[in-house]
Amino acid sequence: MSTIVTAMESTHGHTERASYDVQCIRADFPILSRRVNGKPLVYLDNAATTQKPLAVIDAIGRYYRQDNANIHRGVHELSVRATEAYEAARTRVQGFLGAARPEEIIFVRGATEGINLVAQSYGRPRLQPGDEVLITTMEHHSNIVPWQMLCEQTGARLRVVPISDAGEIDLDEYAALLGPRTRIVAVTHVSNALGTMNPVWAMIDLAHRQGAVVLVDGAQAVPHLSVDVAKLDCDFYVFSGHKIYGPTGVGVLYGRKELLDAMPPYQGGGDMIRSVTLEKTTYGDVPYKFEAGTPNISGGIGLAAALEYVQRIGLDAIAAWEYDLLAYATAALAAMPQVRILGTAREKASVLSFVVEGVHPHDVGTILDREGIAVRAGHHCAQPVMQRFGVSATARASFGLYNARDEVDALVAAVRRVIEVFN
Amino acid sequence: MSDDLQDLYQEVILDHNKRPRNRGRLDHATCDAEGYNPLCGDHVHVYLQVEDGRVTDIRFEGSGCAISTASASMMTESVKGKTLEEAKELFRNFHAFVTRDKVETDLGNGLGKLEVFSGVCQYPARVKCATLAWHTVQAALENRTDTVSTE
Repeated sequence: MSTIVTAMESTHGHTERASYDVQCIRADFPILSRRVNGKPLVYLDNAATTQKPLAVIDAIGRYYRQDNANIHRGVHELSVRATEAYEAARTRVQGFLGAARPEEIIFVRGATEGINLVAQSYGRPRLQPGDEVLITTMEHHSNIVPWQMLCEQTGARLRVVPISDAGEIDLDEYAALLGPRTRIVAVTHVSNALGTMNPVWAMIDLAHRQGAVVLVDGAQAVPHLSVDVAKLDCDFYVFSGHKIYGPTGVGVLYGRKELLDAMPPYQGGGDMIRSVTLEKTTYGDVPYKFEAGTPNISGGIGLAAALEYVQRIGLDAIAAWEYDLLAYATAALAAMPQVRILGTAREKASVLSFVVEGVHPHDVGTILDREGIAVRAGHHCAQPVMQRFGVSATARASFGLYNARDEVDALVAAVRRVIEVFN
Repeated sequence: MSDDLQDLYQEVILDHNKRPRNRGRLDHATCDAEGYNPLCGDHVHVYLQVEDGRVTDIRFEGSGCAISTASASMMTESVKGKTLEEAKELFRNFHAFVTRDKVETDLGNGLGKLEVFSGVCQYPARVKCATLAWHTVQAALENRTDTVSTE
């Protein structure tokens, strides 16, 4: 691992680390100064949700204090301002993802809703018995269950790409599972349970050669690496706002415009129509035909503030910083003979999943909590990954842009205490 | 170890976690039940032999955290030899004990060794770990066939 760190430092340069002022960043997050169980909070559960910077908290507060109104209908000043702010948020997301047009950005509740929307609105009218949907063993339940439901509804078959002991997808095995019946490939960009960064560009290219469309679950990717949907050439991309320092209850579905145009609405209601009579309704254009009802306006505005915040620091700088943290933590935990790390892919982001020999991850989580350290203990909504590695659960430390090496030191010291208690 | 951590992971609990008593299948069980905590994946299967209204033998299988394993192990020790009515009352007392407010301190009276779980009430996230085996034995005694879930 030390060689990898050196390589990173030489490519990204010491200047990156020197110019990355983590203390200054931490000051933007009020919650990070609180104490938990009498200890300073060490928040290492960023793959579950991230903390919010003042920029986000204030943007939401400002909206409710000054501009709150419903959007897309009122003629009054506040409604105009709210509509402008919400649509500006859409444009912010468009730029963030490198999408060609703002209409390709659909606001949803989160990545889960984005995937369900694609399964039901793209998949359900098209799939025939015998067609195939291809996913991987390392998917989050949110990228498994909607496809199982779709297969039950249509008679299509769900096929699964296996993963190696390191937690990687073998592209040859993947290519072998792609076939003329493959209609949809759904794959995570970064695994929430293992941290594996998948070669989605190559996977999309291979899928397109078979005529399949590809949905990429970017929930764990966008906070940690720069994503460009045009360069990836993916058909659908989803992520959740709360995992990238934005509020809960808002997320994004990117869809290629010609695909979205051809899809029926997901839900019916207000705001998604052109005209309604009691006999017939004509639907609005994208993105509105997918946004029935009053949306999460403050959520969209908060998400835009979060993306602006992340862009100001720069995803390349964040990626380099987090890579160093992950390498540092991995080296420290790997040096303990009682610790087994799950997910040792060559390309990883942010996630360190581990088990302590003879100690259930719940007990690890409780002892770490007493030290003020927040980690996730459980199956991470990825039970097939747990089954693949023969464990019922793991403890997972996951890093964000505000974490620092002294927090990794606290984690390592607490894991030592776990081993002491259960020696 | 900090004081309340020591309260939670008392020696007796760590010992039962390491060397669970009455572990395994009971071939001549007259009733059994499975319990599952979907949040953390803890799983327990309790087998009982009941003769003339008395628990003459009891065993458990399963996997889980230290609290749930120790609780299952100590539950089997406490329930063995009890009448069905005594076993049910023990469950009620134990449940009240681990879910009590911190101020109610005298509830533990009569629980004997089970009082080592006194620290659990300070950890709301872990109460279900401590009660899973008890809910399961309750279900077995009531002859319920569905898997007990803590959710």
